[in-house]
This record gives sequence, structure tokens and C-alpha cells, in this order.
Amino acid sequence: MTSILFFEQLLNGIQFGTMLFLMSAGLTLIFGVMGLINLAHGSFYMIGAFSAALIASLTGSFWLALLASLSGAAIAGVLIEIFIIRRLYRRDHLDQVLATFALILLLSEGVRWCFGAFPLYLDIPENLNGTLPILDDIIYSKYRLFIIFMGLLIAAGLYILITKTRLGVRIRAGQNDRQMISALGIDISKLYTIVFALGASLAGLAGAMIGAIQSVEVGMGEPILILAFVVIVIGGIGSIKGALIGSILVGVTDTIGRIFLPEFLKVFMEPASATSVGSSIGSMLIYILMALILIIKPSGLFGKT
Amino acid sequence: MKKFTTTLAALMILGSTSSFADGHKVKVGMITTLSGGGSGLGIDVRDGFMLAVKGNKNISVITKDDQRKPDIAVQLADKMIQSDKVDVLTGIIWSNLAMAVVPATVNQGKFYLSPNAGPSKLAGKGCHKNYFNVAWQNDNLHEAAGGYANSAGFKNSFILAPNYPAGKDALTGYKRYFKGSLAGEIYTKLGQKDYAAEIAQIRASGADSVFFFLPGGMGIGFMKQFSQSGIKLPVVGPAFSFDQGILKAVGDAALGVKNTSQWSKDIDNDANKKFVKDFQSEYGRLPSLYASQGYDTGKLLISAMSKAKVKDKDQFRDALRKADFSSTRGKFSFDKNHHPIQDIYVREVIKEGKILTNKIVSVGLKDHSNAYVSECKM
Repeated sequence: MTSILFFEQLLNGIQFGTMLFLMSAGLTLIFGVMGLINLAHGSFYMIGAFSAALIASLTGSFWLALLASLSGAAIAGVLIEIFIIRRLYRRDHLDQVLATFALILLLSEGVRWCFGAFPLYLDIPENLNGTLPILDDIIYSKYRLFIIFMGLLIAAGLYILITKTRLGVRIRAGQNDRQMISALGIDISKLYTIVFALGASLAGLAGAMIGAIQSVEVGMGEPILILAFVVIVIGGIGSIKGALIGSILVGVTDTIGRIFLPEFLKVFMEPASATSVGSSIGSMLIYILMALILIIKPSGLFGKT
Repeated sequence: MKKFTTTLAALMILGSTSSFADGHKVKVGMITTLSGGGSGLGIDVRDGFMLAVKGNKNISVITKDDQRKPDIAVQLADKMIQSDKVDVLTGIIWSNLAMAVVPATVNQGKFYLSPNAGPSKLAGKGCHKNYFNVAWQNDNLHEAAGGYANSAGFKNSFILAPNYPAGKDALTGYKRYFKGSLAGEIYTKLGQKDYAAEIAQIRASGADSVFFFLPGGMGIGFMKQFSQSGIKLPVVGPAFSFDQGILKAVGDAALGVKNTSQWSKDIDNDANKKFVKDFQSEYGRLPSLYASQGYDTGKLLISAMSKAKVKDKDQFRDALRKADFSSTRGKFSFDKNHHPIQDIYVREVIKEGKILTNKIVSVGLKDHSNAYVSECKM
């Protein structure tokens, strides 16, 4: 039983990781290119989920809902960048943290005002319902495989975007030397808007995909936001590759630790206390991991020193 | 000088008359969760309470949002007691917040009427003469679930709950009544939404049934993911994960699930019929069990106010203890530790037209009190 269970948990960890990647990729891009700490990134996750739930209830189509989550979050991202965030690039990080924290409160209350305080309904499409046998004994949820697939697809897409396209060159240039690329005649504010909207739409997509198996409710983005920050600190701030590796690392550590630590403690403790001690330590595990990595590599796995 | 004393005397008379008029007034401080995750519960408690006291000129209510954070709840309670001078506090949803607020409140001579949280500590050793729980002791609904599991013939249950006071009370309550063995027991993180790892464990455990207590948004995620996982085990749980506020979000995954509750919208008595009808016309939605608890709390307060002034603490306390109001649950009384004695029902999730709701299947535990009465020295 244990090897099957372990493999299934590993897949769960990877699925959790790919979802974290969608969140942290945007966060790290925005920080890398604009030097902005965006606490309101979790709100785009929520906006994506609510847009999806709205469109799904109107049209009944999950795929249209996914499109809606991408575009809903992107539109919100563009508007917020133009009207608010743009004023923050030159400020120091404390101002950015304060302003984007205020945005969390405004957006949460705004969404509650429009949709009410009760969770909304969003379900997965019929053809992704149920399970798929992978190997002999292992069956795994089709929808979670779909999330892993989407995550990897987007990781590949981002890789191509950043390394092979003109926009990618500009983004990389922006990360290296902001003043120089504006001196070279590139419209830096347009670039910033595009990067911000890209990050927001990825977060929105994550919100819709996860909202379908969890719940679509106000404040759903904040717990994920904390984890996304852990990921980019582990991976090295500004690095997409770091975000991918960091996400998978955090996802797998969290899932495996949560399940196997209580089992492991049962070897030398009473079952009841092993369960409660194990689950307490299990929820600390990713922060311990972060602390260890920062001791060895203070700027994260792929960060610039 | 004489003039001064006369004025003073006049003022004193004036003062005493106004305090006489005030004697029938009660100032209520409601601290509940109105924003962020879990706000649906607080909003229902508030709406139920406000419906019960609607039009009563002697009750004034100050409502504040605790954001589900213990530190904020404590600050709000201090402010309400010290500067707003409230007489009665109520509203807290979560047991960890109740543990932070209730002991200090009742020790300062204020009454606390709990419309939801009923942690075991406040029912046993930590009970207090000024603390009344109008909902249930935390273990109650889970005890009924354990009892139901026996009658349904379950022999080997997998049980899970979040790692916080009410979660521990939940599993304790289930185990107290369930006679079978446990295939597994898990505490999850409070606020966790993804249960893939736990569901994999359930699949591997060889259990014949699943009991879970995951209130609010946590339960939505679990039910959806459980039904997608293709595991066909029967599920039983307390009403919190199958209540009116969240059934819509769970969807058909909840259909047919048995859940235990002290309230249901189809309990057949006049008070309940009136409550369900009034709540719908006031707010345009079906009430949840949280709303019924808020409503009963309001009605209890009104019944005590008709018997005694809130300033006469001992008389007011006795009036509360009598619980002389018509509860939406029908028969209702307080045990020695000020927690309810009431019937707990087994409900089933059904579809009424297009709306998911619950109907009573049977009475799970009759005139049920709680296990901590003897520990309470009051």
C-alpha cells in the first residue's frame, strides 16, 4: 500500500506545486521587472475564480469560464496597473506594501459587495470528472492531471516567451537595467502594463482551476499568496526557473510532510499525540525548508547575488 | 449654597429617573465574522439575531467584524465593555476566538450568550455563571453523527477535522458514541482547501465510512474532491458542511448525504415556521442553522428582559436560565452548565425543485445534553 500511496501523494504534491507556480510566476515577474512587491496578487486569483463562476453560471461552459478567468483578471490587472500601481514604482517597498495591502481590502470588499458573502458554485467539466488509471494500481483524478498538464504547458509557454520572443528580450532587459531600456526608446510603461496583466491573468487562471475543486469565496487568495511568497523567496526573487523549482519543492514537501510525518511519529509516540504533533509540524515544514535554503543560499536557489 | 444643593438634588432625581428608564434597556455587543473566509456564518448569525430583536426599542446592538482573528476579537470586546458599556456580548462563531474573548468578558461581570461556538473547556472546568451557550456544546452534533453511524451499521470509520479546539471536540464527540473501530484519524490545517492527500489516505485505509467536520469553505472543497475521486464510501458529518449557505457551492456532490443538526427548516412548530417565513421575506434567502441560532439567542435575550433588569445580575441570570422562549427547535432548556438540552436530528440533503436543502430523516439523540456537566462547578 505504501508505495502506491506515496506515488499518489507525490502526484498530489506536484499538482499543488504547478498551481503555486501559476501564482508565483506572475509575482516573481512583477518583482523582477518592476521591482514591485504586489500583495494584491492573491486578489487576482480571487477575481479569476469569481469571473469564471459568473461565466459558468451564465453559459454553463467550463472552458468559457477558464477564458473568462484569464481575461477578467487581465482586465482588472490593466486597470489597477494604470490607475494605482503605476504611481508606486518609484516609491520604496514599504509604500508598495501598504498600498497593495489596501488593494486587498478594497478588492475583497468590492467582490463581496457584488457577489455576496456566500461561496459560489463552480464545477469541473463532465469529461474531466472521475479518475484515470495511470499504472497498474494507481488511479488518479483526471482533473488534477489536467491541472498538472496546464501548469507545465504554461511553464513551457513562459520559457518560450522569455527566451525566444521580442517581448521576452524586453522583459529580460527590464530586469537587468530599467533605465537603459527606456533610454533605448522602448515604451517602458506599456511593457510594465503588459507584464502586470500577464501576471494577473496567470493568477486568475489558477484561481478558476482551483476554485472548481475547492470553493469560490472572498478571501480565497490570501492563503495562497503567502505560499507564493515562500516560493519566490526559495526560488530566488525574479527568476521564473526558480519559481518553477520552488513551487514543486514547496508543493511536494507540504503534501508529503503533512501525510507521512504523523505516520512516522507513530513509530515512537501514541497514535493520538502523533497525529496532532505530526500535523502541527507538517504545517511548519515548508517554512523550515525556506529557512534552511536561506541559510545555505541567502538569495534563494536561482537568485542573483 | 442652598441653591447648589437643590440643583444637585434635582439632578439626582433626574439622574435616577433616567436610570430607571434605562433599566429596561439592554446594550448588546455583537462580535462576529463579517468579512473574509467564513463570513457567511457570521452574517447569518447577525441576520437571525437582528430579525429576532427587530422592532424592540429596548435593545440596541453594536455590531463589529472580528475578521476571524482572535486578537481583533479581544480588542473589540475590550472596547465594547470599557467604552461602549455593553451589558451583553454575543456573536462569536469560532471556538478559538471564543476561548480568547469569553473568559475575560464574563469575569468582568458581563453576560455572554454564545450563538455558535461551544468549546468543551467552557462547558466543563471553565464554565461560568454568566456564560450561556444557545447553540450546542461543540461535541453534540458529532456525538449524534457517531450514534447514527452505529445505526447505519458502519464498523470502520475514517475521521478527520481541522486542528483547532472545535476540531478536537468534534472527533472526541464522534468517538464517544461510535462503537466501531477507526480506519484512520487526521487533523488537517485550519483553513485548508485541498484534500487530495487526505482522500488518497482514505482510499488506502480500507474504511467503510467517512466522518468529517470541516466547517465553511473547507467542507465545500472536501465534498467536491471526494465525489470526484470516485470513492464510493458513505459520508456522515455535522450540519456545518451541508448547510443552506454552502450547499449551493457544493452542488450535487452533497445529495443524499446524512448530516446531524439541532435545527432544520422542516421542524414542525409554530416558532420555526414563523422564523423561516420571516427570514425569507426579510433577506430573500433560506435561513441556515446559524441563522436559527442567532434568532434563538435574540429571543432568549428578549424573554429574560421581560422578567428582570439586566443591571440586577442575579435575577437576569435566573431569567436567562429559565429559557422561557419558544425556540425554533421546539423543546429547549439549559443544563446546569448553561448548555442546551435538546433533540439532535439526522437530516438528508435533498433537492426541492432546483434548490438543495435538507429534510429530517430521524431523531438522532433525544433530549441530549453534554458530557461536561459534571466537570462544571457552578
